[in-house]
Amino acid sequence: MSSLSSKIQDVFNEPGCGKNQGKSEKERKKGCTKQLQPGGAAGGCAFDGAKIALQPITDVAHLVHGPIACEGNSWDNRGSKSSGSNLWRTGFTTDINETDVVFGGEKRLYKSVKEIIEKYDPPAVFVYQTCVPAMIGDDIDAVCKAASKKFGKPVIPVNSPGFVGPKNLGNKLAGEAILDHVIGTEEPEYTTPYDINIIGEYNLSGELWQVKPLLDELGIRILCCISGDAKYHDVACSHRAKAAMMVCSKSMINIARKMEERYGIPFFEGSFYGIEDTSDALREISQLLIERGAPAELMERTEALIAREEARAWAGIEPYKQRLAGKKVLLITGGVKSWSVVAALQEAGLELVGTSVKKSTKEDKERIKELMGEDAHMIDDMSPREMYKMLKEAKADIMLSGGRSQFVALKAKMPWLDINQERHHAYMGYVGMVELVKEIDKALSNPVWEQVRKRAPWEETTWEERADAAIAAEAAALAADPELARAQRRSARICKCKAVDRGTIEDAILEHGLDSVEAVTERTHAGSGCTGCTGTIAGILDSIEDWRPGSINEPAKQAA
Amino acid sequence: MAKVTHSQKSCTVNPLKMSQPIGSALAFMGLKNCMPLFHGSQGCTSFGLVLFVRHFKEAIPLQTTAMSEVATVLGGLENVEQAIITIANRQKPAIIGISSTGVTETKGDDVDGYLKLIREKHPELDHIKLVYVSTPDFKDAFQDGWAKTVTRMVEQLVEPVPADAARDPAKVNLLPGAHVTPGDLDELRDLIEAFGLEPVILPDLSGSLDGHVPDDFTPTTIGGISLEEIAGMGHSRHTIAVGEQMRPAAEAMEKKTGVPYTLFDRLTGLEANDEFITLLAGLSGRPVPNKIKRQRSQLVDAMLDGHFHFGGKRIAIGAEPDLLWTLSGWFREMGAEVAAAVTTTQSPLLERIATDEVLLGDLEDLEKRAAGCDLLVTHSHGRQAAERLAIPFYRIGIPMFDRLGAAHQTIVGYRGTRDLIFEIGNMFIASGHEPTPETWSLPEETGHVGEKALAAH
Repeated sequence: MSSLSSKIQDVFNEPGCGKNQGKSEKERKKGCTKQLQPGGAAGGCAFDGAKIALQPITDVAHLVHGPIACEGNSWDNRGSKSSGSNLWRTGFTTDINETDVVFGGEKRLYKSVKEIIEKYDPPAVFVYQTCVPAMIGDDIDAVCKAASKKFGKPVIPVNSPGFVGPKNLGNKLAGEAILDHVIGTEEPEYTTPYDINIIGEYNLSGELWQVKPLLDELGIRILCCISGDAKYHDVACSHRAKAAMMVCSKSMINIARKMEERYGIPFFEGSFYGIEDTSDALREISQLLIERGAPAELMERTEALIAREEARAWAGIEPYKQRLAGKKVLLITGGVKSWSVVAALQEAGLELVGTSVKKSTKEDKERIKELMGEDAHMIDDMSPREMYKMLKEAKADIMLSGGRSQFVALKAKMPWLDINQERHHAYMGYVGMVELVKEIDKALSNPVWEQVRKRAPWEETTWEERADAAIAAEAAALAADPELARAQRRSARICKCKAVDRGTIEDAILEHGLDSVEAVTERTHAGSGCTGCTGTIAGILDSIEDWRPGSINEPAKQAA
Repeated sequence: MAKVTHSQKSCTVNPLKMSQPIGSALAFMGLKNCMPLFHGSQGCTSFGLVLFVRHFKEAIPLQTTAMSEVATVLGGLENVEQAIITIANRQKPAIIGISSTGVTETKGDDVDGYLKLIREKHPELDHIKLVYVSTPDFKDAFQDGWAKTVTRMVEQLVEPVPADAARDPAKVNLLPGAHVTPGDLDELRDLIEAFGLEPVILPDLSGSLDGHVPDDFTPTTIGGISLEEIAGMGHSRHTIAVGEQMRPAAEAMEKKTGVPYTLFDRLTGLEANDEFITLLAGLSGRPVPNKIKRQRSQLVDAMLDGHFHFGGKRIAIGAEPDLLWTLSGWFREMGAEVAAAVTTTQSPLLERIATDEVLLGDLEDLEKRAAGCDLLVTHSHGRQAAERLAIPFYRIGIPMFDRLGAAHQTIVGYRGTRDLIFEIGNMFIASGHEPTPETWSLPEETGHVGEKALAAH
């Protein structure tokens, strides 16, 4: 475990991470593992993260060393697409039993690798460590080494047992595994001045293929996508790329940075979500390649392609403009949150709303962003009534969010579109944006909503009417009782990561005379997790006159 | 909304339509102890019989007057007389249902007149009811034959009742159209009975062609509604008709007995069933049972879960007017678009269907119009078209000879609608195309300069 813990420390020190650089030495040491709240945690574990990051490598066998829960409950749950082998979809696990727990599972693991190689002959086997074998001290590194030697095939240990941290940490540990054992171990047949890596793209719903034709046309070759639709050989050769793009999620920043460090491959952070972002990403790729020796005419061709494809995309969105004009979208996501998605939606005539935002000016966008950062966590635990209240207050016509909130949205009979990783539609690149607008139109125009919102003929009141009454009653109760309103306000959970409520923050501000977000964070730890709530904290600081006890504004605010 | 057009072709290719007489015969099969009889040549009967055997996978009682060439020319009185006597002696039915065919209608046989003569000549046959329906093959279609027959049954078999007669508060007449399957009838019976009401179903295929193993062999129909029950339908408190085709029958009932009617043009879909359940609650004065409340809630949930898969889908439907109306309305409600609609016969519903054009045509027309659709919906004869179009195929209607359980396909009620969502939704899911690296290829004319550059490298 000592090598694992040093690995984790190493990942925490990631200098490529902007968030990390913003932290104090002490904070950095603590790492970015937000300690999940027992009883309040819904996210995945490090193993989950590692598996998600690597399983899109399509032709290798992904063997999970652990009890049945780890693989048995989770296999084949992702829509990464493959242009070739589908071995990644085959679930392999050692399914360890009681005897293994007592006597150790290493033998079973070794035999499992042997069987896989005999039966499936993959180019490599990835072995994932999980909590139980990690606890009983199974040394998967040693087993992998021995198996590799014996069978003459790469057997790669992925040391990321669930309990070391959240999904995000697992993504990075997976990156470490391929940095240590895979990347740079083979050589490509040939190289071109146009070879790039795309890092952190998993080809969900085949999205990579919405962008690849653009690169194909420019003559840019994806030497390796880590890890969407990748083959083992591609990953092993990826150190020969001339440049790399790291797709907006920071989950694999360590790969991008270390490949720059070790192999001199420059990278940039970009996104293929949204029309402008796609254009920017193409420009940056070309720019980096030219800097690495590709002919300068590449940029001209890139600009020509961008002009042509942007026009095509806007033309594709045009027919929806009239139908979508004035429709309001509540965008709640931790996933596809690029602001050029917002731009494209606005271009299609849609209006973006937050719970309290009327028009999306630049400032308002900040507020939505802040709101979204919060709600991305919050939405999963919302009751249908709360969801309904939120949607009603936002006067939204449709909600775009991650998959887990779909059932809450649907039970509240609200049109909903999945834009996180479980989605079935591909929304990347120019075509993807048109697809997104088309899907929104489809969801909004579906006559099913009108029907399902109708009351059952035997019902005196609808679900919504009861909810309205309850909301009104609640508001009335709060208006009538300033003390209750105060308690209500103070009980709002501001920082989800560190479980800090508003009352604690207000008290700290008053008691210690705090006047900056940093000071509040220092004192209460609020805002030291994902930092999504720092805007809210700033808002609390700014509005001190509204809530400070005895302030003239307070009673009025409470009533509202 | 829809423009109703007729196929301009001379030659029908891959027919969608089936003839009136067999629609008529099927209606007779919903009566107890009945023998349907075709006044026509043997072939007319045998084709109908085989079609029903293949569809229901049951023994089908159907007789023929076996008109020969000479008999056809001379007139069929003797054949009708002979057939009735033979059937009366052999199968001993309570009723013989006689449907004319193309041959005898072309000749112009006056069957009503024949029956008068036969009645006079054979008083020993007085205990057997004879109902005759004129159903020339060359006119109208299957559902028309059914509808005319049920109307005749009402006119001839229901006893007239004065308008102020005492009614049985529990009894409700149910007049189902030809598209209502035995499975549908079972579902409707359950719903009606859930309110403590007693349905009297005319005709009732749910007891006769619902695919069960009978207790003993009978040469006539088994199950179905008895003549006594039909005669007493005037004492019911209300008539529920399902399908526009049943309006004349429901009106005939009201005219003869004063029983008011409510017609449901379909019972698939949330709102249609809300109206149906509201009517039942009103008639019975009872609250809606929890079972039905749950079924409604399940349907709402199925609609929410299912709409993702139906939204924007283009559907091609070939069906008789009432079934076409039912399906097209329901598909629309789920967010799909009826891109092609072909039907068999006229109906006031056709122009109200939410699509550009409803064509009275054949499966060739449907196939042509179904190009680019996501689903083909018609009877089993559409399977080759679906194969050629390479789109999923949902079988519904008669005949359905290449699948089991045709009689039990249930699409009415909250429950039937829910299951239909699942069944068709799953077809969409199963046929979903996996993306490939070529799915989003750029248009050819864009040049691919770079690719060539790379290839040259």
